[in-house]
Amino acid sequence: MAPVAPSDRHDGLTSLLEHHLNKDLLRLTTAGSVDDGKSTLIGRLLHDSKAVYEDQLASVRSSRFNRSGGPIDFALLTDGLRAEREQGITIDVAYRYFETPLRKFIIADTPGHEQYTRNMATGASTADLAVILVDATRGLLSQTRRHGYIASLLGIPNVVAAINKMDLLEYQEDVFLNLQGEFLALARQLGIESVVCIPISALAGDNVVNRADRMPWYEGSTLLEHLETVPLRPDANDDAVRFPVQYVLRPDANFRGFAGQVAGGTIRPGSAVLALPSRQQSRVRSIVTYDGAEPEAFCPMSVTLTLEDEIDLSRGDILVSPENPPRISRNFEAMVVWFHSEPLVLGRSYLIKHNVRAARAKATNIRFRVNMQTLEQEPARELKMNDIASVEFEAANPLFFDPYTRNRATGSLILIDPLSNATVGAAMIETDLAAIAEPLTETAIGWAHWQMPVTLEDRQERHGHASALVLVQDRPRLSVYLERALFAQGFEVLHISAAAIPAGHLRSILKLSRSIGLIVVLSSESVRQQGIEWEAVAAEERFEFLFDLAKQDLPQDDGEAVAAVLSLVGPLRRSNE
Amino acid sequence: MTLSDEDIVNQAARRRLNQLKSLEAESIYILREAAAEFTRPVMLYSIGKDSSVMLRLAQKAFFPGKIPFPLLHIDTGYKFPEMIAFRDSYTREIGANLIVHQNREALEQGANPFVLGTQKCCGLLKTKALLDALAEGGFDAAFGGARRDEEKSRAKERIYSFRDSLGQWDPKNQRPELWNIFNSRINKGESIRVFPLSNWTELDVWLYIHTEQIPIVPLYFARERSVVLRSGSIVLIHSEDELRRGERPQLLQCRMRSLGCVPCTGAIRSQADTVPQIIEEMFSFRRSERENRVIDHDEEGSMELKKREGYF
Ligand SMILES: Nc1nc2c(ncn2[C@@H]2O[C@H](COP(=O)(O)OP(=O)(O)OP(=O)(O)O)[C@@H](O)[C@H]2O)c(=O)[nH]1
Ligand SMILES: [Mg+2]
Repeated sequence: MAPVAPSDRHDGLTSLLEHHLNKDLLRLTTAGSVDDGKSTLIGRLLHDSKAVYEDQLASVRSSRFNRSGGPIDFALLTDGLRAEREQGITIDVAYRYFETPLRKFIIADTPGHEQYTRNMATGASTADLAVILVDATRGLLSQTRRHGYIASLLGIPNVVAAINKMDLLEYQEDVFLNLQGEFLALARQLGIESVVCIPISALAGDNVVNRADRMPWYEGSTLLEHLETVPLRPDANDDAVRFPVQYVLRPDANFRGFAGQVAGGTIRPGSAVLALPSRQQSRVRSIVTYDGAEPEAFCPMSVTLTLEDEIDLSRGDILVSPENPPRISRNFEAMVVWFHSEPLVLGRSYLIKHNVRAARAKATNIRFRVNMQTLEQEPARELKMNDIASVEFEAANPLFFDPYTRNRATGSLILIDPLSNATVGAAMIETDLAAIAEPLTETAIGWAHWQMPVTLEDRQERHGHASALVLVQDRPRLSVYLERALFAQGFEVLHISAAAIPAGHLRSILKLSRSIGLIVVLSSESVRQQGIEWEAVAAEERFEFLFDLAKQDLPQDDGEAVAAVLSLVGPLRRSNE
Repeated sequence: MTLSDEDIVNQAARRRLNQLKSLEAESIYILREAAAEFTRPVMLYSIGKDSSVMLRLAQKAFFPGKIPFPLLHIDTGYKFPEMIAFRDSYTREIGANLIVHQNREALEQGANPFVLGTQKCCGLLKTKALLDALAEGGFDAAFGGARRDEEKSRAKERIYSFRDSLGQWDPKNQRPELWNIFNSRINKGESIRVFPLSNWTELDVWLYIHTEQIPIVPLYFARERSVVLRSGSIVLIHSEDELRRGERPQLLQCRMRSLGCVPCTGAIRSQADTVPQIIEEMFSFRRSERENRVIDHDEEGSMELKKREGYF
């Protein structure tokens, strides 16, 4: 893009460079339904702020494709692919760069077509501001809501609603006021705080860069004025240190440095850091860069750290503040935008890339899907392309994360299909499903302990035995005796009478019991008749032992039977070494 | 917690990288990420200003270590002699591992843009040579110094640009690329082109060359040079046999704004012989940097076509 010189002429080159280097950078994205005029608006914005080179303009002027009805189809300034020009739609996001004396801008012009929602999300994921277009002749559409929803999920702090094509409705104030009311209601529903509505005509250039004489009733800023002055919020990344290790530098035996980009907090030589997953603690010795040692490192600096101690640390690990660690869990809940024509299926294994860490994970539950017409939550069993939903995941290894709203870098991840390698979804983490209490922070060692969710392993260590499922058929009294006898022997045991459990709930109760390491005595008068393969159930629910007493040829006397069972359960006990 | 506007300003002022430093940090992140995730990465080194910046960023990314991948120069045989001299001395100076590849077969058969047309010539001497070199080296990722602000199809390209087993780009079917999380998964034979300078503008590149004191090919600086005017462009003349019938060379104060092959890259009239002067001159430009590249203008969307076939 043609750079624009500062309007007041600087005498020295140094101040010119200074001025340029210290400009604020605003990243913006367009959004809205197909044909609402996004590309036309961006073309108009670039053109009217003199940011288009003459040869680029000439090639647009002479293009075979022009749908605008005027001499220049401004959309062609960003719709650069042949297929886009032929079809008159945007397919993939175009990045354009321009600056005014006040700010530098990176623009992502995204497609409105529903089929290309993934590309809209791509462009919007790095934006500080979204310009959502509304075609005044068509009003708010479901794609407008979808894009608004994605913008709010991505945490884009500023939204502009550009009510476009005012030229087609004689620039009537009523039209604008109605749509403004509707949009503000939508924004409230989506929890978007900072919204400004501007009536424009992208085609005619009204209120884009130049003020529109034809809308004297509008007293607010033009789009460009707003872009140049809207306060910029720093990234959500909060104060806690997060330093994901990208690359270990070992040029010789004397140097071992950890290269990465700071994703949270401020790091100084001497800062205490905790390495995850090893949970070893150390201090930063130095912050190494090509340009010399730095006194501190903060977001988004790319640096190399050396540490005081030789600890276990490699790519995919993370250094964090010991007193303010991230969540460590295999289970988390996230808002997912699904991109692929092949649906998200529960239980299927996906690759995830969380930050610089790769892992495997499967979706275990879809809590709800968002209906784009009503924005209400509805149940779903799978996710189709462009669905947005709240999903529970279980990863094969623990992840170290923060909620997306606290830290974009440690709260976001992408989902990859392990067979096709396609990027099939993006996720913003909301909560840790292990739902642990706020960590205690006296010491790092203390912390490391408190931060750990209690695992099955921990429980079994306390119980002193493995989990087991004991099936008792048609002998209700024996079940009760057994529970008491096992309890007396120091086992954590629970008697469940199948008849007392509402249909369909038994499996989840068994799952829960297993996950806390219990021995379950399941009594039923009709265990067999239900036609359930108990062996399979025990295996599936991962009980370590299964005792089907019907197969044991037990004495008829309940007392003798109890003794016989007790002689069977010895192997459940964990040895003490 | 909501922040007041004052808080926001304070917080932002407290610790902020200037925008060139932010771009640098982003590029270093990309370089490290690809170097860590691919088995055999390589850096396409074209000797131009963008390559020079990319090379410096690679030095920074792996400091105090060496750049952990080789550089690859696709030498069409039509490069300016100053470029080749600069390439050899500079890469030696910084201790980089340089691979030079040529499509010898095509050159021996006399491939040149006058006979073949620029499209076909580029196809053989650049694209084919590149694809062959990548295959020969078994490279699964190749860094390129292309910027999105250069050209309209580049503006559409991802930072990690997926190429199928024939090296082809499918612009209608690019992988989503959110935040700074890159999908590096490929099957055997497929590859990724990685563009660490995606978000840099021409001005950013020059500012960086200035602030970092990066050495560049002297052709970028204005000097009196022997040239002819040929269908609207200023063509440098190194020897008599580059002249066409009826042409007489003249001396002109000029420089190159972007570097390609001799027959297809024109010079611009300029007095700028220092980097600061070049930067000042940029503010007066009304035409884009690739305008002096013949190849981009053969046909509407010609860059896209070349890229689809595997061009960088
Ligand atoms: N009358 C009128 N037409 C407009 C205006 N803005 C855009 N258009 C026309 O609307 C059509 C669609 O414009 P685009 O800019 O391609 O729309 P888009 O939102 O970028 O579409 P996608 O990117 O495909 O989602 C074109 O024919 C434009 O000329 C406007 O302000 N007034
Ligand atoms: Mg468009």
